[in-house]
Amino acid sequence: MSTIIPIGPFHPVLEEPEYIQLYVDGETVEKAEIDLGRIHRGMELLAQEKTFDQDVFLVERICGICSASHSWAASLAMEDIVGVGPTDRARYLRTIVHELERLHSHMLWVGLAGHILGYWTVFMWGWKYREPVLDALEMITGNRQNYAWYKAGGVRRDVADDIWPEVVKIIDEFDKNNDILIGAFLDDPVIHGRLKGVGVLTKEEAIHYGCLGPTARGSGVDIDVRRDHDYGAYSEVDWNVITQPEGDCMAVSVVRLLEMKEACKIIKQCIAKLPGGPIATEIREFPRGEGIGHIEAPRGESFHFIRSNGTNMPERHKMRAPTFLNIPSFRPRVKGETISDAVLIFAIIDPCYSCTERMAVLDPTGQSLMTGKDLIKLSHEKTEKLKREY
Amino acid sequence: MGATSWGFKKSLWVFHLNAGACNNCDIEVLDCLTPRFDIERFGMKLVGSVKHADVLLVSGFVSRKVLPDVIETYEQAPKPVAVVALGACGCTGGIFRDGYNFAGPVDKVIPVDAYIPGCPPRPEAIIDGIVKLMGKL
Repeated sequence: MSTIIPIGPFHPVLEEPEYIQLYVDGETVEKAEIDLGRIHRGMELLAQEKTFDQDVFLVERICGICSASHSWAASLAMEDIVGVGPTDRARYLRTIVHELERLHSHMLWVGLAGHILGYWTVFMWGWKYREPVLDALEMITGNRQNYAWYKAGGVRRDVADDIWPEVVKIIDEFDKNNDILIGAFLDDPVIHGRLKGVGVLTKEEAIHYGCLGPTARGSGVDIDVRRDHDYGAYSEVDWNVITQPEGDCMAVSVVRLLEMKEACKIIKQCIAKLPGGPIATEIREFPRGEGIGHIEAPRGESFHFIRSNGTNMPERHKMRAPTFLNIPSFRPRVKGETISDAVLIFAIIDPCYSCTERMAVLDPTGQSLMTGKDLIKLSHEKTEKLKREY
Repeated sequence: MGATSWGFKKSLWVFHLNAGACNNCDIEVLDCLTPRFDIERFGMKLVGSVKHADVLLVSGFVSRKVLPDVIETYEQAPKPVAVVALGACGCTGGIFRDGYNFAGPVDKVIPVDAYIPGCPPRPEAIIDGIVKLMGKL
């Protein structure tokens, strides 16, 4: 007989409203159920009612942390429809802002992990180190978050050359602080005790669940869109994909901490190599066609698909954020762990529920209206219908 | 000065309710607590339950699924409680006001005392808004 422990929807350690049910036997967690849908905003339908230019501003607001990732992926999809690429300067500027975003996202996660562990020093120091990165973003794009920086064909604003020494100074300082943090994180017995061997996800499980980003790389799966599907300026700078074989919470944390070092390297090389010239290719109109864009967001691969019917609005805009694939990996991770580790295991994928929620079911009885099989049957029927029509 | 206004004079405790925000406002709220802005100077801090709070800070556009929870949270709060709508979504619905899952904005659901606009509002703006709210109460 198992007891159910509810967590949420409004819980102090969770930033977003989601409802988690832990099925426990004594102190051991047997199973976890998660109920989402509170942040569903009807984004895909809204995207079809806006023009391509407005669309980029909308997808920026899918998630506050990945605003550069989603708008870049949407811009790539739009460029794919038209068949033009961004200018050289735009590629480098986009890469710099995207890597700055990775720095602030990973540092934010380190802070939140400290908060969940009850280790407030890590939270405070992590967020203190994160602030200068936001300053750098504000210097380059004009905004702390929601940069309004990407557009189809390039970037929206040019940057004066005299700010770069200041940005490099901020990055050097950040790198130094990050080294201190890595040292403290890897030597601390409390953090070792809480993270080592907790929530193990094996390589086979990670592949089976289709995990992405640091979650997969922490389990030894060597994937990274930046290297595998070249975009931006990543093939022109020197950097490494970080993987760790263990698959426990410690390994994922180490992947994130070391990725910040790589991001610092990428930013400094991009600033040194930054070419001149125009910041955007002019796009006058969008022809009929389909385009995809995928990029490596801080949490994994963000995927955007846009179909244009020749008007100024997309006919279909499909988005898929990395957390969608990472959430199911809770199940093998949390099985057999204690309740006190469960919340940490939920946070280890750096979940972003507002990215994920593409569907909401409103049903007061609490029973599911459609099972997975029903949905597959529906999709088969629709495919058959489309085949008959064309 | 009555007992209630005396209670609002110092050390406002804030309960933060995410009613469908994109994380941006929530991060900026947490940012207020961290060393650069350090809102605890003014005795303000985030609390874990609305039953301990003087201020209910609502961010996000209020989706249909979260609507009953928002009303219930407001009803559970010991009165008087000051309600603050945070961000463009909380104030007006922002870019999502045409969406089919939109049940807000916050002031249509529960009475609101202060609005802090911005997408997202900067931490300085959040602190300024709450300090102005203290003057009003």
